[in-house]
Amino acid sequence: MSGSLTSSSFPKNASAALANPPLLKAIAHIEETLVSGRRRAVDALPEFEALRDAGRDIKAHTLKHIDLYLETFERKVVEAGGFVHWAADAAEANRIILEICQATGAHRVTKGKSMITEEVGLNAFLKENGITPVETDLGEYIIQLRGETPSHIIAPAVHVNKEQVAADFRRAHADLDPTRNLDEPVSLLAEARGVLRERFLSADVGITGANFLVAETGSTVIVTNEGNGDLTQILPKTHIVLASIEKVVPTLEDVATIMRLLARSATGQEMSVYTTFSTGPRRADDPDGPEAFHVVLLDNGRSAMLGSEFEDMLRCIRCGACINHCPVYRSIGGHAYGSVYPGPMGSVLTPSLQGLEKSAHLANASTLCGRCESVCPMRIPLPKMLRHWREKEFERHLTPKKARFGLAAWRFLAARPRLYGVATRLAAWSLARLAGKDGALGQVPLAGGWTRWRDLPAPEGGTFRTEWAKRGRK
Amino acid sequence: MTTSKPRVGLFVTCLVDFFRPTVGFSAVKLLEDAGCEVSVPPAQTCCGQPAYNSGDRAGARALAEQVIALFEGFDHVVIPSGSCAGMIKVHYPNLFSGEPAWQLRAERLASKTHELTSFLVDVLGAAPMLVAWEGTATYHDSCSGLRELGVKAQPRHLLSAVDGLAVREMRDPEACCGFGGAFCVKYDEISNAIVDRKATDVRATGADLLLSGDLGCLLNIAGKLKREGSKVEVRHVAEVLAGMTSGPAIGEGRK
Ligand code: SF4
Repeated sequence: MSGSLTSSSFPKNASAALANPPLLKAIAHIEETLVSGRRRAVDALPEFEALRDAGRDIKAHTLKHIDLYLETFERKVVEAGGFVHWAADAAEANRIILEICQATGAHRVTKGKSMITEEVGLNAFLKENGITPVETDLGEYIIQLRGETPSHIIAPAVHVNKEQVAADFRRAHADLDPTRNLDEPVSLLAEARGVLRERFLSADVGITGANFLVAETGSTVIVTNEGNGDLTQILPKTHIVLASIEKVVPTLEDVATIMRLLARSATGQEMSVYTTFSTGPRRADDPDGPEAFHVVLLDNGRSAMLGSEFEDMLRCIRCGACINHCPVYRSIGGHAYGSVYPGPMGSVLTPSLQGLEKSAHLANASTLCGRCESVCPMRIPLPKMLRHWREKEFERHLTPKKARFGLAAWRFLAARPRLYGVATRLAAWSLARLAGKDGALGQVPLAGGWTRWRDLPAPEGGTFRTEWAKRGRK
Repeated sequence: MTTSKPRVGLFVTCLVDFFRPTVGFSAVKLLEDAGCEVSVPPAQTCCGQPAYNSGDRAGARALAEQVIALFEGFDHVVIPSGSCAGMIKVHYPNLFSGEPAWQLRAERLASKTHELTSFLVDVLGAAPMLVAWEGTATYHDSCSGLRELGVKAQPRHLLSAVDGLAVREMRDPEACCGFGGAFCVKYDEISNAIVDRKATDVRATGADLLLSGDLGCLLNIAGKLKREGSKVEVRHVAEVLAGMTSGPAIGEGRK
């Protein structure tokens, strides 16, 4: 994992985000763009719900036989003239990629958008070893210039506004004409393209992720909207694909099914603009393509999720819908989570990848509102799994002492109805008296978290059960 | 003695018991007018959701046993809360996996447990009561009621019969209000940001009444509106449906 993980300071990060108006303004756009886009696309496809079932079933089946499909995939890649490398963890993946780069004498690598390379911290590792990685996806390029990490899995620079991007370009692009107008997203795109074109041509190795690995053909598949992935994998002499093992699906037909879910859930498009299949290196009669084709298959905690209560998470196709619809993410953005993957999918996945101890807060910072599950194309029960993490935390006594104590006291009372009746009657009466004629309290002892932001409506007075009993009812 | 009336056990919920007995009395009135015989087992406390959502499975299980024993004898169990009804209907059976005897009891209870408006509409097909409210209301769909139990049309259907009442939907009635049980005090700043959006949406409708079926959400939104000095009245939907609106609204003072 990359070095900037700060999930343990989640509350502090969240405070800072909430006090950052440009950030809040930038993430507010998710509503008009990604959320309403998805809504329109889903409404326009009557069989969307049936497709979700089909997608879930394909992935569930694949996970049950993942060893078989991965072996088939490996065989097919080798048959097509490519190489397959198995990486147990981030360090091993980085080492394998570095060795391939060094063997080709590479100094500069271009990169297609890939969350897996973020997960293993590849950019920093390559730089330490004298190789310059250049991000070619516009969003990734922007955050690379800014020295940041992605704040969203499909829109890495969603936290940045266009004025900030213009300023970054003016700072970083040495021969940018100061009079050039950079007010509009299109002019920003044109400027980035101009700079990137030259870098594409000078790269020795191209590294991409994969949205799918197809067992029956040994193909890797990427979907993008900018076409940068294609240039990344076609122009350099060597193409390296880094993908986690759960990306495998049995057939091309399965890719077609899941792709109908992916873009609609992600951006509201019917399909992404570019869908590219790579099968082995360039063949004799191919017009272009790399001379060498490597696939690095990363485990990094995933095989341990198989057969566990977190197996369902491995169905995730990284569409980002759960993130876009999460009220917590929409309040604070992605960086506050302090993990590579933000939002509900990140809070479920991260403890599996880096350990529960280092993922404090993630599973707890959710209202369990369930909207993530209701939009997840793969029907992943995210709230249920967040609760599983809370249970593990509780079992291992990682839950904060104060919360444990409060819970134990409440449990003690709730299991003793008579005592509970007396205690609640007394408390309701006191609060009602404290509120007097006001009906609400601006400050309540021990309830600072509540009353710092909102009033506490006062109890009516007597509890229901006392009032009921007074009326002689049973 | 036998009776042909359906025997309903009312689980009032710990929040209604403590904060707002009026909701309990409204529920009783609605159920009795719909022809039910209503009982309130006095030993009821809480469904165990706070423990369940905090990862304390054993604590949740202990309370679930208590609720099952208290309520399994009724024909139906009705709850004026989507979140507590969801706890019993969706989550209780999971708490006893691997214990067939208890699981069967949990499943039996789950199958006859209902959120109040859903019970009135889906199970009883009850005719709405003849009540009136002059004004415009907006309705917040509580998360568990909506997404665990499919409560969406039922309260609106019942409200459509209230004389003089118009319902004007807010921008995103299905968005969470930010309550989330312990979440609202553990991550209070984030909870505040979420309820702030909800309060803005409520105010933008121009409605003078906010209704919902879950007291947790209502306390949260009412507390926020009140802090902002808003005059929007906040009530549980059962109060309006039962015509029990003579007392102050949630968070409102006595005149
Ligand atoms: S968990 Fe579901 S909604 Fe979230 S990114 Fe994965 S597939 Fe998409």
